[in-house]
Amino acid sequence: MAEKKFLTIDGNEAAAYVAFRCSEVIAIYPITPSSNMGEYSDEWAAKGQKNLWGTIPTVYEMQSEGGAAGAVHGALQTGALTTTFTASQGLLLKIPNMYKISGELTPTVFNISARTLANHALSIFGDHSDINAARQTGFAMMASNSVQEVMDLETISWASTLRSRIPFLHFFDGFRTSHEVQKIEVLPDETIKAMISEELVSAHRKRAMNPDNPFIRGTAQNPDVFFQNRETINTYYNACPDIVQEEMDKFAALTGRQYNLFDYVGDPNAENILVVMASGADASHDTVEYLVKNSGEKIGLVKVHLYRPFSVKHFIQALPKTTKKIAVLDRTKEPGATGEPMYLDVVDSIFKSYQDGTYHFDQMPKVYGGRYGLSSKEFTPSMIKSVFDNLKLDNPKNNFVVGIKDDILNSSLDFDPHFSIESDKVVRSMFWGLGSDGTVGANKNSIKIIGENTDFYCQGYFEYDSKKSGSITISHLRFGPNLIRSPYKVSHANFVACHQTVFLEKYDVIRNLINGGVFLLNTPVPTAEVWNSLPKSQQKQIIDRKIKVYAIDAQTVAENSGMGRRINTVMQTCFFAISGVLPKEQAIEEIKKSIKKTYGKKGENIVQMNLAAVDSTLANLHEVPVPAEVTSDWDTFPTMAPGASEFVANVEGAILGGKGDDLPTSVFPHDGTWPTGTAAFEKRNIALQIPVWDEELCIQCGKCAMVCPHATIRIKSYAPELLSSAPAAFKHTPTKDKDYKGEEYTIQVAAEDCTGCSVCVEVCPVIDKVNPGRKALNMEPQLPLRNQERENWNFFLSIPDKNRDDIKVTNLRQQQLQLPLFEFSGACSGCGETPYVKLMSQLFGNRAVIANATGCSSIYGGNLPTTPWTKDADGRGPAWNNSLFEDNAEFGLGMRLSIDKQAEIARMLLKKMEMEIGMELVQEILDAQQVTEQEINAQRARVEKAKASIAMYNTEDANRLKDLADYLVKKSVWIVGGDGWAYDIGYGGLDHVLASGKNVNILVLDTEVYSNTGGQMSKASPIGAIAKFAAGGKPTRKKDLGMMAMSYGNVYVASVAFGSNDNQTLKAFVEAEAYDGPSIIIAYSHCIAHGINMEAPLQNQKAIVDSGQWILYRYNPNLAVEGKNPFVLESKPPKMPVANYMDMEIRYKMLSKINPTAYTELYKQAQEFVDERYKHYAFLATKENV
Amino acid sequence: MNLQSKYLGMTLNSPFVLSASPIGENVENLKRLEDYGVGAVVLHSLFEEQLADEQLELEYHLTHGTESFAEATSFFPNYDEFRLGPDQYLEQIHKAKNTLKVPVIASLNGTSKGGWTKYAKNLQDAGADALELNIYNVPTDINLDSAQIENAYVDIVKQVKSNVNIPVAVKLSPYFTNMANMLHRMDTAGADAFVLFNRFYQPDINLHNYQVDNKVSFSTSENNRIAMRWIAIMKNKINAEFAATGGIITAQDAAKLILAGANVTQIFATIARNGMEYVKVLVQELIEFMEEKGYSSIEEMIGVVSQKNIPNPGSYERAQYMKTLSNYKF
Repeated sequence: MAEKKFLTIDGNEAAAYVAFRCSEVIAIYPITPSSNMGEYSDEWAAKGQKNLWGTIPTVYEMQSEGGAAGAVHGALQTGALTTTFTASQGLLLKIPNMYKISGELTPTVFNISARTLANHALSIFGDHSDINAARQTGFAMMASNSVQEVMDLETISWASTLRSRIPFLHFFDGFRTSHEVQKIEVLPDETIKAMISEELVSAHRKRAMNPDNPFIRGTAQNPDVFFQNRETINTYYNACPDIVQEEMDKFAALTGRQYNLFDYVGDPNAENILVVMASGADASHDTVEYLVKNSGEKIGLVKVHLYRPFSVKHFIQALPKTTKKIAVLDRTKEPGATGEPMYLDVVDSIFKSYQDGTYHFDQMPKVYGGRYGLSSKEFTPSMIKSVFDNLKLDNPKNNFVVGIKDDILNSSLDFDPHFSIESDKVVRSMFWGLGSDGTVGANKNSIKIIGENTDFYCQGYFEYDSKKSGSITISHLRFGPNLIRSPYKVSHANFVACHQTVFLEKYDVIRNLINGGVFLLNTPVPTAEVWNSLPKSQQKQIIDRKIKVYAIDAQTVAENSGMGRRINTVMQTCFFAISGVLPKEQAIEEIKKSIKKTYGKKGENIVQMNLAAVDSTLANLHEVPVPAEVTSDWDTFPTMAPGASEFVANVEGAILGGKGDDLPTSVFPHDGTWPTGTAAFEKRNIALQIPVWDEELCIQCGKCAMVCPHATIRIKSYAPELLSSAPAAFKHTPTKDKDYKGEEYTIQVAAEDCTGCSVCVEVCPVIDKVNPGRKALNMEPQLPLRNQERENWNFFLSIPDKNRDDIKVTNLRQQQLQLPLFEFSGACSGCGETPYVKLMSQLFGNRAVIANATGCSSIYGGNLPTTPWTKDADGRGPAWNNSLFEDNAEFGLGMRLSIDKQAEIARMLLKKMEMEIGMELVQEILDAQQVTEQEINAQRARVEKAKASIAMYNTEDANRLKDLADYLVKKSVWIVGGDGWAYDIGYGGLDHVLASGKNVNILVLDTEVYSNTGGQMSKASPIGAIAKFAAGGKPTRKKDLGMMAMSYGNVYVASVAFGSNDNQTLKAFVEAEAYDGPSIIIAYSHCIAHGINMEAPLQNQKAIVDSGQWILYRYNPNLAVEGKNPFVLESKPPKMPVANYMDMEIRYKMLSKINPTAYTELYKQAQEFVDERYKHYAFLATKENV
Repeated sequence: MNLQSKYLGMTLNSPFVLSASPIGENVENLKRLEDYGVGAVVLHSLFEEQLADEQLELEYHLTHGTESFAEATSFFPNYDEFRLGPDQYLEQIHKAKNTLKVPVIASLNGTSKGGWTKYAKNLQDAGADALELNIYNVPTDINLDSAQIENAYVDIVKQVKSNVNIPVAVKLSPYFTNMANMLHRMDTAGADAFVLFNRFYQPDINLHNYQVDNKVSFSTSENNRIAMRWIAIMKNKINAEFAATGGIITAQDAAKLILAGANVTQIFATIARNGMEYVKVLVQELIEFMEEKGYSSIEEMIGVVSQKNIPNPGSYERAQYMKTLSNYKF
């Protein structure tokens, strides 16, 4: 046996590690939480890493998971060893091909980080609903319970698929295992190779399609033979379990780690048995051993590894003959079934063994099924204990749930949250950090330090919140001398660190700290004042539990070391200095070594900066004396601002306060319907600085409000009388716009909602001629202004919005008086997409129905607890829904068809009831032109009048018309999504919708990468850009989606970039919506994934247009009807070389640091493309081209 | 015609040397300039400060927004290593050396003491034939006296010289109280040549947006007078050789500076304005000038009109200044 080598890696890396080595072709597509497997593969291939046979696997990104499955099928059919990675909806898209692959008995391993399927809501987290949806495909299914098992069982899966010819689906729990970092024993290549038979690889190749030995596969069959032919595969499935067991045994001989199809743990004479798979089985392992040892319980656990084919023989053999009761836990829900899938497998197995005589039990076991852990719900020893406690009852609950409180049907099991089996030998730590402060990265680094320099085992799991700006992270770390089987969050911590004082205002950060534990706080407050700065409830807990408190001003230490806001190294040093996990001196030395290793590649200056931070940390870390009494006069704040409805305050408020786990089933809407307008109550207070308006300097252009990604800058023009009750600090000045003569003008910032991105300051065109550093908006610290601006904001909201009829929508300064119906989203600070979304909400939100493709916009637009879509004073606002990633155009078209049909019925009913309503009004409604805001408002008034006139009738027609009358007012259907959707996965549907001629508006938020999943290449990515899956720089040109759309001739097409030309953007939105046919706006959206300065992103927007890389234009088919050229080119000839623009963004510039030759070549090609494309567009704009 | 000139211990085939400039970033361009007749090339400057900024920029963008959101814990592929500034520069030297026959002079602008010596050594090890130290800084600290500044210059030269074996030229600005003394001190410290003078690109105010612009403005022939004066004054007073830079636009400019005492003349602005092929014109016109004046080699021309060599040495000094002005009639 080779010398053991350990690595601290996560489950995704463990799977990819083996899959990469066993594959020749890897077809990928990003989907959380599996994307990382593809990313690892792409990076390894880019670095020239080879597989077991000395070739670099070809890693190829497809346009969808379905596409990836097709490519896998093709690669397999032509003899390559092939793999793919996916999860959730991605797996669903692969299902058609999976039937084909298994039907043709083709060896492959699909790697699945199992994730929840979207139903009443989307969830990125883990459960087994996806893999259970693929049960019927004929794939074998292997479950891994931990990171180590992922690496081991991936190998066993490859060995088994080649022998059995049955394709394998190897799965492990999304996030819980895919993203959990564990120290594991790494399989040397020789071991993996020893598991893979060359003969079987050769047999696979011999079965391949080959014109030198031709045959036909994939035929069509008739009723005469299909059935018999289908039954021929049975022998392969019958043989599969024994093959897998033999491969497991072979693996044990090579590594010393023995696996079985069903692993049994517990008392050999157990009476009550739990059956479970994946990480839940790992959690149950230690719990069962603990309960057997400490409580003498006669219990046992069956850990399922080979879920399909489910071997009755092996399963029955795994159960003790003393078995009386069995609880089967499924991590999925199958509504309407008599039980969840594995429960049914177990019931059937017991029954079959009874029938076929393999039954060996003292008595017929009773079987109880339950659900647990949906969407990564915690599954802890206390919950596991409650499952066994249930079995102890005379009449245990069946079809129960565990881990939640079901107060509707009372199906849940109660559990004791204080029950813990954690060993004293394990150091358990929790770290509360901000995404931007580097906490998670530092913790990952600490795990590596301990894992790779000591004999300790270690584990790290990281919680992120659903916001993309100012997001909170909680890291859960364990270190100990024995293998750690604790796939659940730390609940009994020895050490808690709070990396930002602001958390103390909202969260009980030390609630999980045990008696005598250590609390570390990063605070700017001097040590002597730290105690008094803590909230009352925290002080009390510290005193009661004899907690030791340490404090450091990490911000100052970091800033003095040149590290800005990244306090990661400082806090990591503190952890090692006081947690006692390693001797202090050794720990510091290891941190320094690790800094040199980690940052060495990024340059000596970075290394020195971090080393300096380590040294000055130790000098600035102090213990805080804990007095005997609580001295504080304040406590944590409520999570929701006043004014929220009871539901919003109690339900969404609880989720916001980190108490969502405690909410019972009865409080939730049943069908996924939630109120809009809830982000306004969150008051996140994440901005360190906010813009402050200088009304004297302001020219009232409205640009600041237009570019604000979070709708926190608002403008109103109003009658001066309204100021009588204004707060003293409320700013205003006479309105400059002549249309609003005599009115007062205010620009107000929502200080508590602002993220402090400062894009408004960037766009402000005003320069103070006395002090050129000043503009009409200037960033100032938020805290001193918070109370005053809260009062101002509330007053501002009380001022009525301008009558929409009085606003000229194509005049930006007036248009920005329209109320945004999309506000305070959780998008990244400085987001480049949200200004477009907000603009659409202002212009058309009160009559908009929105189909939103999955992606950034569906997450910042629809991720609970609070959501940004909201209503106007009349209660109107956008109606929003997200179906899937791939179907969004079709989803939106369906809305259009439905709305048109209902409008048609309404018109018919209107005509039928013209006597009751009045012929004149009916005719006016039917003939009304509804293009402009004013026309639509007039129609709305007419319809209201018509509704009033039928209110008294109770006929069938009248009642139907009451339901449908609102459809007589024009509805605006918007189909919104990113480039991953529009250019790749949803392009087929998008194209179909463009061709439909129907009146839909498509908004493509083009960030040129899959932003939401972390920046993978799409067909919108420009040549030369580095992205994930294009680690060597994208070698091909960006697809010209606009040109493709224009080829239809009857589609309105606009290409816009608000940072370059906001008026053109505004015009495009207004025209697109007014056009009675399909419209598409391709909107350039700068993005954090570009590696740009997000505080001044508009300079990038300007540069991309000035360089010709992005061309502004509008193509309006209505102009052609008038005999004009429909194509209006609005970009001037390129003013600067494209290289100058590209060097402004790390996504391009980094290529020079990776591969200077490619950089030079791709930059050259980029310029050629820009020149060629501009020439072509300039030609289209010529008069001759009318 | 013998256009050879000795500079930094090397014999150059032409007294026209490419000055440190962005042209040096592209080896293909350097090759063209060699073909058109430059005698050596000075690569663009390696700015120590820029290297640090580049590292910080990369680190910032590779970490900004990461580990904040479960679906996107990072935004870029993970690379094991980056070719950061010095590596790229060193590769550039390597490439230039492999492509060109003419000597390749590396240019360095340090900010720290350690930086000067470390990078100087790196540049030597990468194959540079000589070094040009571009000691560029605008002292603004009101507590810093001129002696400290001058000592720092001398120290840099000493330290670099003691760490490398290849010849070292020092490129300076003209802003010293006593230029002669400075040159003498640095000469004693080991400088093999002086490149006179570095032009600071002066900031300008943009009246549109009130921003301070750092616009590049190319030199004109007028700009070469100051170098002409100091080269002429110092020629043969110290051991070090001279390269003239700044305002060498025409062959006549080059001839003047060589006559003043420069072994070579560095050019960039004229290439930027007239194109690379203009080097051919410069060479041809210099030959014509030499033929007209009856010189058969550059060697014969160097320093012919230096202060030591002319009947009226005061012409280069202050006394003459008053006279020049008084010749003007307003």
